[in-house]
Amino acid sequence: MTELSTTPGSAASAPAGGWRTATVRKVTHPHPRGVMLRLEVPDRVDHLPGQHYVVRLTAPDGYTAQRSYSLSSSPDDPLIELYVERLDDGEVSTYLADEVGVGDALDVRGPIGGWFVWRGDTPGLGIGGGTGVVPLVAMLRHARHTGATDRLRLVAAARTWDDLPYGDELRDAGAVLALSREAGRDGRAAGRLRPEEVAPLVEGRGDGWTAFVCGSAGFAESASALLLGLEVPAADVRVERFGPS
Amino acid sequence: MTVSHGFGGRRRPPRSDLPPGQYDAGREWPVLTAEVTPHLDPQRWTMSVDGLVDTPTTWSWDEMHALPQSDYEGPIHCVTTWSKFGMTWSGVSVDVLLDAVGVQDEAAYVLATSTTGYTTNLPLEHLRGGQAWIAWTADGKPLTREHGGPVRLLVPHLYFWKSAKWVTRLTLLEHDQQGFWEVNGYHDLGDPWREQRYQGD
Repeated sequence: MTELSTTPGSAASAPAGGWRTATVRKVTHPHPRGVMLRLEVPDRVDHLPGQHYVVRLTAPDGYTAQRSYSLSSSPDDPLIELYVERLDDGEVSTYLADEVGVGDALDVRGPIGGWFVWRGDTPGLGIGGGTGVVPLVAMLRHARHTGATDRLRLVAAARTWDDLPYGDELRDAGAVLALSREAGRDGRAAGRLRPEEVAPLVEGRGDGWTAFVCGSAGFAESASALLLGLEVPAADVRVERFGPS
Repeated sequence: MTVSHGFGGRRRPPRSDLPPGQYDAGREWPVLTAEVTPHLDPQRWTMSVDGLVDTPTTWSWDEMHALPQSDYEGPIHCVTTWSKFGMTWSGVSVDVLLDAVGVQDEAAYVLATSTTGYTTNLPLEHLRGGQAWIAWTADGKPLTREHGGPVRLLVPHLYFWKSAKWVTRLTLLEHDQQGFWEVNGYHDLGDPWREQRYQGD
């Protein structure tokens, strides 16, 4: 691939891998509506934090369905880790949450995407809503592994503590936590993320500083508007939106 | 291919107009954008066609609306695997703009650019012959900001990232020049019927 400066801050080419048959090594249900899958991928192309994989399911009659999921694992992890929110009408997520067990084979493809990635060598701010924290956890783990935690600041927002994947890990990392429908364990009153909670995290932005906003379309819209309100240039904000609008 | 036992899928009635690997999103219209959604003032927006053309031209919002309008009725297909059927779009056919500027013989590719700096590349032949529009209404209503409003490129026979939101420029080129997602691993053409999602498909 050619590297072109076709957009402000266009990314250098990122790693990409083809289809592999992965083996499920661990299945946990950290939350009532979430499943965490750890997969062994043969002949794996290591990802960058923020990249995603596609999971494809094939029914016995040949019908297939595929969906994209961000990784929460860091590149140094020998397994890849996905956190999948179980959507009641989701044909792939319900199967992954309810049916998949250790030892099962899954067709996966990745890593994919070279825009919403943090390589760990520039300062960054991650703002995730709900399962939007998943790629930020990959960034956090990469920062810990490479000793770059001082370059990464994190904000995690959710309706309730139960709606926040990796809550303990994010809290222990010093992330700003904002629960909109219940009080935080730190005494924070229920309410949406406020500009004054983010303002200290956008001060003193260095060269190459980038904000990574990930969540539902509505969350991504409000979080990016909040950043623009703090006079962060739009070109410094990368957004990953998912889920129904 | 690995068969997932116990996987049945959503089992909507099969439809022959659903490309491989896609599902029918029904009434939903998911939003996918990699950037901050801009606020565009139509009176400040312009549409330009330049590059390998005889007369590079820029149209204002009002000038675009004074051109002959046409509609598209049918589905759109997103690379993230949803398809949305039965849509109606209105705007100006890209053919009208290309006829106005005069396409030079060497032109073979187009780079579409948005006000945000987003770009996407397409072969010129896929923008001609009633296949592409500069569109400002969807299902009879002004296109909303999150879906690219007030105006976006519409190339419904290709995956929808080719239909650049907030489009402001089409540049005709002799050689293909990769755009935003294409640099990041997505396909240069993006034909849903050939399932050209990523480079190499």
